[in-house]
Amino acid sequence: MNTMDRPNKFLIGGGDEGRPKPPPRQSDYVPRKKIYPKRARGTFRGIKWIVMAVTLAIYYVVPWLRWNRGEGLPDQAILFDFANQRLLFGPIEIWAQEFYYVTGLLVLGALSLFLVTSIAGRMWCGYACPQTVWTDLMIAVERFWQGDRNAQLRLDGQPWTFEKIWKKSITHLSWLAISVATGGALVFYFGDAPTLAIELVHGTAPTVAYFFLGLFTLTTYLLGGLAREQVCIYMCPWPRIQGAMVDRDSLLISYRELRGEPRGAHKTGTTWDGRGDCIDCKACVAVCPTGIDIRDGSQLECIQCALCIDACNEIMDRVGRPRELIAYTTIGNLSNATSSPREGWRIIRPRTILYTVMITLVASLMGWSLLNRADFEFSVIQDRNPLFVVLSDGGLRNGYMIKIANKVEGVRHFKLRFSGPADLQPKFVEFDGTDPTIEVNPSEVRAVKVFLLLSGAQRKELRSDAEPVTIELQDLDSGQTASRATTFRSPQ
Amino acid sequence: MSHGKKIDDVTGVETTGHVWDGDISELNKPLPRWWLYTFYACILWSIGYWVVYPAWPTINGYTKGVLNYSQREQVQQDIEAWKSGHAKYRTQIAEMSLADIRKNDELFQFSIAGGAALFGENCAGCHGRGAQGGIGYPNLNDDDWLWGGDLEKIHQTIAFGIRSGNPKAHDTAMPHFGTDKILDEAQIRDAANFVRSFSHLDVDQEAAKRGSQIFADNCAACHGDQGKGNQELGAPNLTDAIWLYGNSQEAVMQSIRTGRGGAMPAWSERLDPVAVKMLALFVYSLGGGQAEAASASAPAAGADKQK
Ligand code: SF4
Ligand code: SF4
Repeated sequence: MNTMDRPNKFLIGGGDEGRPKPPPRQSDYVPRKKIYPKRARGTFRGIKWIVMAVTLAIYYVVPWLRWNRGEGLPDQAILFDFANQRLLFGPIEIWAQEFYYVTGLLVLGALSLFLVTSIAGRMWCGYACPQTVWTDLMIAVERFWQGDRNAQLRLDGQPWTFEKIWKKSITHLSWLAISVATGGALVFYFGDAPTLAIELVHGTAPTVAYFFLGLFTLTTYLLGGLAREQVCIYMCPWPRIQGAMVDRDSLLISYRELRGEPRGAHKTGTTWDGRGDCIDCKACVAVCPTGIDIRDGSQLECIQCALCIDACNEIMDRVGRPRELIAYTTIGNLSNATSSPREGWRIIRPRTILYTVMITLVASLMGWSLLNRADFEFSVIQDRNPLFVVLSDGGLRNGYMIKIANKVEGVRHFKLRFSGPADLQPKFVEFDGTDPTIEVNPSEVRAVKVFLLLSGAQRKELRSDAEPVTIELQDLDSGQTASRATTFRSPQ
Repeated sequence: MSHGKKIDDVTGVETTGHVWDGDISELNKPLPRWWLYTFYACILWSIGYWVVYPAWPTINGYTKGVLNYSQREQVQQDIEAWKSGHAKYRTQIAEMSLADIRKNDELFQFSIAGGAALFGENCAGCHGRGAQGGIGYPNLNDDDWLWGGDLEKIHQTIAFGIRSGNPKAHDTAMPHFGTDKILDEAQIRDAANFVRSFSHLDVDQEAAKRGSQIFADNCAACHGDQGKGNQELGAPNLTDAIWLYGNSQEAVMQSIRTGRGGAMPAWSERLDPVAVKMLALFVYSLGGGQAEAASASAPAAGADKQK
């Protein structure tokens, strides 16, 4: 954090004579300076409260939404059913082999992040990132028990009095309670929420549920309650990437130096001529959850939460200067003293067009494949040991394992057709007759063993040791068909 | 390299003491804190591990750890759990007739899967992994059966074996026509020619004609006038395309000369009844399984006998 105030010693050139004395040896470990963010009031704080409420509500409510899939099937609208290797999203059922849909979603998420960042910087970090939301929540709780910045500073300076002990304990207990609720809500995405909730309370839930509940309780407490801004500064890769995402036209929260400087205290009633608008009250520093001074320029630590905008606006109102000394503005406008913060701001530019096109492309590709996705799957595996069997009449027999997966709600009925060399006769192990109706239960894969027989008299019709065979599957209810190519093996 | 600390002038940080190209040295930055703490935590963890789990070898064993954990016991428990999980299938298989199991989709699938594993362990040694057999070991995939290919007959063969010494085993013997001097070499050649003519193989027609009488006198009793064989006696059908010992003139002569008679263990002496049933269902499912011959007349007769 304090790399800013260390001069870059590597830039000093020249011979040995010119070298300054080595600085005193200092530890390579810089202890964290505790941050006491002051409560901010204003438009952006308001927006952040709303976003927090909405995102938390989504997180806690979603596992309880129901979706009727029919008898014997999970009725949870969104369920990560790991035991059966399915992801259930309402009417859509994603099987393990279709995980590319999830990859697609992640790609969409990444591209949207790029787009938003190139338009308005780290919107995600400032408003919607779970780390921000939970940290914000933890800070609010801390403030509720211990008071605002100044009260907290005073409390931390005190010896361990009874007041300090109970205020600290109740804060940590509240954090833990929130953490348990967070971990608890997470496991509901992986099992039937109402059942699991009762099991969790009665201590009969699966061990793995308790394990993850514990794990996410711990991470929420550690990351949201204790580590806070350090996660953003040291652990998260996004601050490193964002530099490549923004350009001269991206909105970034910046201190408008040309308007603010020279800064200094201002006495009411005196003139503003010849000085900047910044009264050096440090209100912007006090509210900052990452503890930086936005007036030092754009910094890696800044999560673009806009609280310093609110803080400074309040001050500007009070001293009677125009708002937006700290504002969402573009780099272009920073070097122009007279322009308003968003003058000439272009949303539509090659970068944003490119991202939009890519998002549309990926989304339509996914949508298209989702709409045209076969709701049954069908595969044919030919027996390899033995490849063929000679029968008593001199005929030949090949075996095939056919697998049919039914990915919709409701039992389906299928028929199989075979075409290949000569007159192949199917013979089923589990079914009588040569043309059985195969029933496949919902969300199930059914294996059907079938043999194809070629009579001894027809063996001469074989041209090669692997004649092409086509197996066609027809869904009797919808009429859909699919076919697979395989071979008929012989010693020919 | 000189010992003692070397401090880099520019940064004031200690260097590793390694110097490249005369003047490039490497700062000796400490490990990140989180890394260091993780490392210490791992050390603590490993000490805990020694206490809790088996860890150190001793002269005649190893330290057991306070949990007294043993992978071997764990596996045994897992197997027990697995067995009790399958218990409901196993009791049903034990009680139901083979024909009924065959009609019950769930049980049939379970039996085929279990039978496949049992087959790999017990049968594949002779019959091959794919049950494709070999010279002297029947191919179980085809539709040619020495002792019958319906469920009950397959079950009986597996349960009691062939020439296994079990009182219920299939136990017949083919005479050693050559070695016991019942037929001379010329007669054997003629008979072989005749036998091979059943399936329109290339034969010496004259010899075959002579052989027909020899066949009628010596072989037909078991193999039938038409050479169609007799499953009651395990006498193979000599007219089909499947030859357990080969269909060359020499191979057939050898069969007549010394007689043939493979042996198979009685698996009911080695496996539990459920396993034998599952094996029967598996072999049946390989493709050659035949419908019950006279299912209407005495369907459960065979099954009752074995219970
Ligand atoms: S809040 Fe505004 S006026 Fe106060 S120090 Fe920050 S930039 Fe300057
Ligand atoms: S500098 Fe401003 S926008 Fe950035 S993190 Fe601090 S308060 Fe938020």
